[in-house]
Amino acid sequence: MDDSFLQTFWISIKLASLTTFILFCLGIPIAYFLTYSRFRLKIIVQALVSMPLVLPPSVLGFYLLIAFSPNYWPGNFLNQYFNIRLAFSFAGILIGSVIFNLPFMVNSIQNGFSNLPVSLKDASYTLGKTRSTTLFRVLLPNIKPALLTGVCLTFAHTIGEFGVILMIGGNIPGKTRVAALAVYDEVQALNFSTANKYSIFLFLFSFLVLLFVYSINSEYSKWKRF
Amino acid sequence: MEEILIDLHIKKSIHTNHVNEILDIKLSIPAHGFITLFGKSGVGKTTLLRIIAGLTTPDSGYIRVGNETWYDSNLNVNVKTQQRNIGFVFQDYALFPNMTVKEHLLYAQPQKEKKHVSDLLDTFHLKGLCNRKPDKLSGGQQQRLAVARALARKPRLLLLDEPLSALDTETRNMLQYEILQAHKNFHATTLLVSHDIQEVVKLSDFVYVIGNGKIQKQGNPDDIFNLVNADPHVQSPSRYLDSISFTCS
Repeated sequence: MDDSFLQTFWISIKLASLTTFILFCLGIPIAYFLTYSRFRLKIIVQALVSMPLVLPPSVLGFYLLIAFSPNYWPGNFLNQYFNIRLAFSFAGILIGSVIFNLPFMVNSIQNGFSNLPVSLKDASYTLGKTRSTTLFRVLLPNIKPALLTGVCLTFAHTIGEFGVILMIGGNIPGKTRVAALAVYDEVQALNFSTANKYSIFLFLFSFLVLLFVYSINSEYSKWKRF
Repeated sequence: MEEILIDLHIKKSIHTNHVNEILDIKLSIPAHGFITLFGKSGVGKTTLLRIIAGLTTPDSGYIRVGNETWYDSNLNVNVKTQQRNIGFVFQDYALFPNMTVKEHLLYAQPQKEKKHVSDLLDTFHLKGLCNRKPDKLSGGQQQRLAVARALARKPRLLLLDEPLSALDTETRNMLQYEILQAHKNFHATTLLVSHDIQEVVKLSDFVYVIGNGKIQKQGNPDDIFNLVNADPHVQSPSRYLDSISFTCS
């Protein structure tokens, strides 16, 4: 394995780990809001969260690229006041990746909350416990399979991401070039053997992640609920 | 004169598949009493219990408990569930699958009091089951744990929402006795929702019969259910309830 191969995988894993961590922190409050809030317009938030499931990655990538460009106000603002350029940078693909993977984390956690009997939350409130105590002591410990599913799916999906990263990050070796892009790049250069190496790793990795998710869910489905 | 713990008058519109009416309830509950809300399914008994607990908000009215106002639509007061000193036993028990029996009781206490936990474990015969999680308990043991957990924070008011409805007759009889013992030992004013006449007669000091969104009758169980015996056709709670509806229509 050459340096370029390892470097590409390292960028993929770094991107997937950071995306998963950020989305885990963001996903819990968003999923909690979508499950329990009585806010009438939350359906709009739900639709926005799920948009990346149906939106072509190139469309999201295109608009983010425009937003990051110094020719438009968000990119111009970041460039002028903070000297930050997000287009064709690792930070840029990280932001794109977080937005694009939002539904994988949020929907998994939301399913977990929705499948819990509402009476668990009510029971904790009648015991005088605050919302945060109820969340951390009662709700989250009882949706572990959903949390794990969200983490695994987000991580695996980020590893295999292509369109958004290509649009925002380009394909800069050592900076924004991830494994899925490398496969495309190597095929374009007719290096089928290298493309095959990347592909086999991605194939096995995706299979193992899904195997892990399904085995955990099958184990927890035996767990009797009340 | 008898000390009144709860004085309430609430209105709440109920929309379910079976019912579409206004719940308009006015009642007083004496301190340390064992009171039952009796009536057909869907008349709003559980809704009333949830309103007292603060889990459901009424459309208008007031709920006064001792010197405190828990809800008053005119004064715009609505005390949070967490700040109402209650214990609530849900129909499905609502036990936490991640906690053991002992962890349930410790979680329920505002300040850890080992003696109170030990008393509850004794009263409800849970001592040998301390480290078991709910999925390793029988239906009767789960019900005992649900009542013990509700009493762990020493509530002024214990609300029981048909807690015995899913149990067999033998277990039910045993637990009725235990609930009565706990009511006496822990001095909590108890409000039970039930549609089982035997259970109501055995446990309650006073009964409110709810029908058509209102209190139809009130009195001690003997007075209320002597009416049943007078009617040779009425043998079951549902027949009795039908007769109440008939006389009120």
